[in-house]
Amino acid sequence: MIESVVQVRNLVKSFDDLHVLRGVDLDLFRGENLVVLGKSGSGKSVLIKIMVGLLTQDEGSVKVLGQEVKNLNSKELNELRLKIGFSFQASALYDSMTVRENLEFPLVRNVKGLSKQEKDKMVEEVLDSVGLLQTINQMPSQLSGGQRKRIGIARTLILQPEIMLYDEPTAGLDPITCMDINNLINQVNEKYKTTSIIITHDLTCAKETGDRVAVLLDGAFGASGKFEDVFENAEDYRIKSFYDYNFIKQ
Amino acid sequence: MSGESTNKDKVISKRIDRFFTGLESAYLFVKRFFKEVWFPPYEFKEVIRQCYQIGYNSLPLISLTGFIVGVVFTNQSRPSLAEFGATSWLPALISIAVIRAMGPLVTALIAAGKVGSSIGAEIGSMKVTEQIDAMEVSATNPFKFLVVSRVLASTFMIPILVLYTDFVALLGAFVNVHANEMTSLSTFFVQVFDALSFLDITSSLVKSVVFGFTIGIVGCYKGYNSTKGTEGVGKAANSAVVMAMFLIFIEELLSLQVTNFFRQQ
Repeated sequence: MIESVVQVRNLVKSFDDLHVLRGVDLDLFRGENLVVLGKSGSGKSVLIKIMVGLLTQDEGSVKVLGQEVKNLNSKELNELRLKIGFSFQASALYDSMTVRENLEFPLVRNVKGLSKQEKDKMVEEVLDSVGLLQTINQMPSQLSGGQRKRIGIARTLILQPEIMLYDEPTAGLDPITCMDINNLINQVNEKYKTTSIIITHDLTCAKETGDRVAVLLDGAFGASGKFEDVFENAEDYRIKSFYDYNFIKQ
Repeated sequence: MSGESTNKDKVISKRIDRFFTGLESAYLFVKRFFKEVWFPPYEFKEVIRQCYQIGYNSLPLISLTGFIVGVVFTNQSRPSLAEFGATSWLPALISIAVIRAMGPLVTALIAAGKVGSSIGAEIGSMKVTEQIDAMEVSATNPFKFLVVSRVLASTFMIPILVLYTDFVALLGAFVNVHANEMTSLSTFFVQVFDALSFLDITSSLVKSVVFGFTIGIVGCYKGYNSTKGTEGVGKAANSAVVMAMFLIFIEELLSLQVTNFFRQQ
């Protein structure tokens, strides 16, 4: 039986009068790439932020690698976070640091006793794996949107996480760069043997990267399964319109 | 009519509620600082980087302002003393004014504008671009890295900047006194130090530490709690300056009362 690394049950989250998640259930199995689709504001990012303890749910249970996230103290939460890589929508690179310093930041604070050579080697290796070794001494402001995304992913990979959470990895990028990012997500999954959740509203990204897709509708998952099963024979008009809109030119 | 007054009551009660919520959140922020500052990991490298930013980068502005304050204050004070034929008291008068009040106050106000706004804007923009969240998910304590380091740096550096401003302002005063009264450098500084007491210097340094802490913590608090995107960053920077300046004047007033109490003993 395949191990479930993330288990979400009856998750409820509201912001004042805005009910974002209304009873979400989810299982993420080891080694798979799960794509969570949904309209803007449907609570996709909220869902993964609860998984890393950036937000706390109102009701329900979120277990990551067997641990109930809301019950962890800050030390336990930090230990769990080391096993999770979170790639932010806007990359969230530290503006005042070079690419090298950005990558070293989580490394020097969480891996003790590394020599300078070992640090350099790890940084260079992970930068090479995203194809941006040449940017090592540049500032984030000197990078393009796609490069920033790649460096953001590299920064999360440096601690070799078991689970990768991608928040809108292709948002705001041109189609060719989107394709590069989709390939990178697949390469990361293969090379680092990660289990991933990819939050997106880009169906091409979902098709390219997802082993399984789940569609968030009105605060709960409306459909889940293989891409073709969910979309190509969709009967729910909300899922159908989502698909039609994304592939309107075909 | 009654509906209108109910609405007004609601608005007032909301404002009062917001005021006390803000007060509570500021209290919790300061409390968290004092809780976190003692325990490792210590971000020494970041503290030193911030000391450089706050101290060294403020030197040109502080030098210019301090020098002009010294020159102008001496020039403005001379006619009043000259009426009594007491221009020889200028060095003593200036040293007391500069060391007791003007040096710390001018430095703190300039730092509130330059340092406070930059801390507020930097942390604010890190907040709205999720850089603080990114630190948190990489198992780093962003409060320690961003807030504790900046508040410590500002608390250390403002007193040093105050001493420097005092020196530059006195130098400006000397230039003016020398040009008009032909007083020598050694005579000027002998008169300056004769007029000062131990209490003057210690009280000036103690309040500079308080000013430094205020500038750092207010800038960090406003930045850390900024919302609403780029508009929020602007507001954070602006309110960091306004709030820090307001608190500096209140603290100046309080320190005057405390120093006077000790002076009368």
